[in-house]
Amino acid sequence: MQLFRSGTHFDFIGKKKFTLWVSTFAILLSLGSIVYHGGLRYGVDFAGGLLIQIKFAKPVDISEVRSALDAMGHKDATVQEFGGENEYLIELEKKSENLEEIAKTMAASLQERFKGKGLEIRRAEVVGPRVGKDLKTKAMWAVGLAFLGILIYVAFRFHQFAYGLGGIVALFHDVIVTYGAISILNLEYTLSLLAVILTIIGFSINDTIVIFDRVRENIKKVKKEDLVTIFNISINETLERTILTTGTVMMVVLILFFFGGDVIHEFTIALIVGLITGTYSTVYIASPVVLSWERYIASRGKRKKSL
Amino acid sequence: MPRSLLWKLIFYAAVSLFAILLLVPTGTTQLPRWWSKILPTEKIRLGLDLQGGMYFLLEVEAQKAIESYLEQIRSSLQEGLKERNIPVTKLETEKPGQIVLEFSGSKDKVDRLLSEQRFSMIRELSSATLSGGIWRVVLVPDSKQVEQIKRNAIDQALEIIRNRVDQFGVTSPEIARQGTDQILVQLPGITDTERAISLIGKTALLEFKLVDEEGNLEEALKGHIPEGDVLLYQKAVDPRTGAVSKIPYLLKERTLMTGAYIRDARVAINPQFNEPYVTLQFSDTGAKLFEQITSANVGKRLAIILDNNVISAPVIQEPIAGGMAEITGSFTMDEAKDLAIALRSGALPAPVKVIEQRTVGPTLGQDSIRQGITSILISAVLVVLFMIVYYKFSGVIADIALVLNIILTLAALALFRATLTLPGIAGLVLSVGMAVDANILIHERIKEELRAKKTIRAAIDQGYYRAFSAIIDSNLTTLISGIILYEFGTGPVKGFAVTLSIGILANIFTAVYVTRVVFDFYTLKTKAKQLSI
Repeated sequence: MQLFRSGTHFDFIGKKKFTLWVSTFAILLSLGSIVYHGGLRYGVDFAGGLLIQIKFAKPVDISEVRSALDAMGHKDATVQEFGGENEYLIELEKKSENLEEIAKTMAASLQERFKGKGLEIRRAEVVGPRVGKDLKTKAMWAVGLAFLGILIYVAFRFHQFAYGLGGIVALFHDVIVTYGAISILNLEYTLSLLAVILTIIGFSINDTIVIFDRVRENIKKVKKEDLVTIFNISINETLERTILTTGTVMMVVLILFFFGGDVIHEFTIALIVGLITGTYSTVYIASPVVLSWERYIASRGKRKKSL
Repeated sequence: MPRSLLWKLIFYAAVSLFAILLLVPTGTTQLPRWWSKILPTEKIRLGLDLQGGMYFLLEVEAQKAIESYLEQIRSSLQEGLKERNIPVTKLETEKPGQIVLEFSGSKDKVDRLLSEQRFSMIRELSSATLSGGIWRVVLVPDSKQVEQIKRNAIDQALEIIRNRVDQFGVTSPEIARQGTDQILVQLPGITDTERAISLIGKTALLEFKLVDEEGNLEEALKGHIPEGDVLLYQKAVDPRTGAVSKIPYLLKERTLMTGAYIRDARVAINPQFNEPYVTLQFSDTGAKLFEQITSANVGKRLAIILDNNVISAPVIQEPIAGGMAEITGSFTMDEAKDLAIALRSGALPAPVKVIEQRTVGPTLGQDSIRQGITSILISAVLVVLFMIVYYKFSGVIADIALVLNIILTLAALALFRATLTLPGIAGLVLSVGMAVDANILIHERIKEELRAKKTIRAAIDQGYYRAFSAIIDSNLTTLISGIILYEFGTGPVKGFAVTLSIGILANIFTAVYVTRVVFDFYTLKTKAKQLSI
């Protein structure tokens, strides 16, 4: 089977002025949202605090849970529906050394208050302030190292600074936009979402490399064309593969989204956003960056387009 | 067929068979007896989020070990000074980690005292004369000694906690040191948070102190505690109403004996009231010491104190030889058992604080497993179908690789005793999606070559050759991410990194090598003129 019978000849690169605006808009929107909200909504993993997932055997409305928490003095606790019927997630962000105690009393009070409703504690997490802070530092290191590792690898494989630069700029774009989506959709930034960011980094560069690999090959093969045309040809040639792969991975992630349950729900949402921007950035960020850089270098003197 | 092809086929078939065998223990509960003799029996380990259980991160407050060490030196110093009749105006431990001594008279006597062996690990930080002929000397412990104490405290705490968890009887617990002063504890299947924390986190310092019979309890309660005394409380629960009250005791501060002398502790049941209590067996030195203490104090009350809470304070009726004692105190069976475990394993050298704790109930675990398996099955089926529809027979070959990929990843998890978590299942699903990419790259290349009118053999060759570098590059970069995530992640996220990374490695193997062999085999056997792709 073949999606495109006789090969496609879309002028992808030509659209780059338009897409540059789209990308700039996306990045500004993302950064704006993050600044507006004063940072990301850190989950208990990073901010410290406690989390309790409860389930009732008999019907209990969310407002009852909220008022029960208010009565205990926990006005700053958040309650949301989670999982199945009569199942809720209570979160209390707090930097305190006595979270154990607070969690214990909260659980006991809830049991008292809802006696007879079959309260079951499905899961509970307590994270002290120092642990949260440690994790935030680790997270930054992780993302930084991933960038560095990939930059080194791409530079090593493609021998020319332009390609490494293109890949990294695309990565930056993807990471910013994904964080932006997390902020706009008000997802909770937990360790799982950090995992998504790192996965997206891997996936995005993955995608970029496939195109660059083709470009490298075509430069050797089609000596007479200019770089822009070569890029277009390469993207067109790999279009089928790009659509199929992104499509397959997207399909798989959508299955996780629908069937994977609430615990990994936000994880899959972030993944979907990352996949889209990862594919997009290969064509409309990485490639234009390479082209611009090459043009800049060429304008500064003679330079062979060899790899 | 060429020898190399045959060998490759045999090798890959063997690997697949081995992988399947590795997975059998996970699938069944009954293995035939001969199995364990020749084949691995590891089931796949499930993370806490899938099987339910508790996870703690404990921080050892090693600083407190230093403080209690300093306190020991201080009282030793006090005795020494009294023996030599040196008039002392002040002898106190001060933060951070110093002993301040003020005395009058000649410093030589003090210097000679300090040069004794038992004070070899402290040294003078500063000394000055104050008005009135009073010397002020500040003593600190040797910094190497401090480090040593801290390290020992943590090592000891790790041992003791491991001991306690062992005795608690948890299947496959995990206790490990994390960083410099943290201990990680995982207890699968346990969900009684309070009990687990109190067993593991309890310092369990058992002390025997005399009750101060002459002291005025009422005055003490108002805040006037006599010199050398201390006020501690006993928690009493009224069995009928369940009301909790605190009974004060005025005790002599000096600890006559600690739980360090306990050789064994057991739970027994008082047949009269059907109440559990704990019997202690002291070591030989402990037994002698206990005999001395009880002989010297017949008629007085000896308070038994656990972590600064009075458990009971029975009257010493007669000297107790034989080194046995009982601790009674309205315990539940669980409380008595746990106390016995804690006493047997020894007191923690420094308190531990729970800085992170996660508990997953068993029902959530089961739900998560169900959701995870559903996701894998549906995505596997859809992807398999897609490959067949799109690539026809070549799709079938790719599907074989895919299924093998999943089997290999799971087998690797079992073999390396890695843990499967819910995000881990997501990682598996993800790597299936990405695995398809490699096959797509190869197939698209083969199609291109076929379109350029190459022969089937040549097309396959070129297809693999050309696609190879892109496959390696893209998989390796995702692998870099996976490894970094493994290093920095904890718990469920680590599980994600593991399955993603292993999945990628398995993918390179199956997509590139295994499918190639199948293609070669097929073209050789069928001598087809057209490739179904």
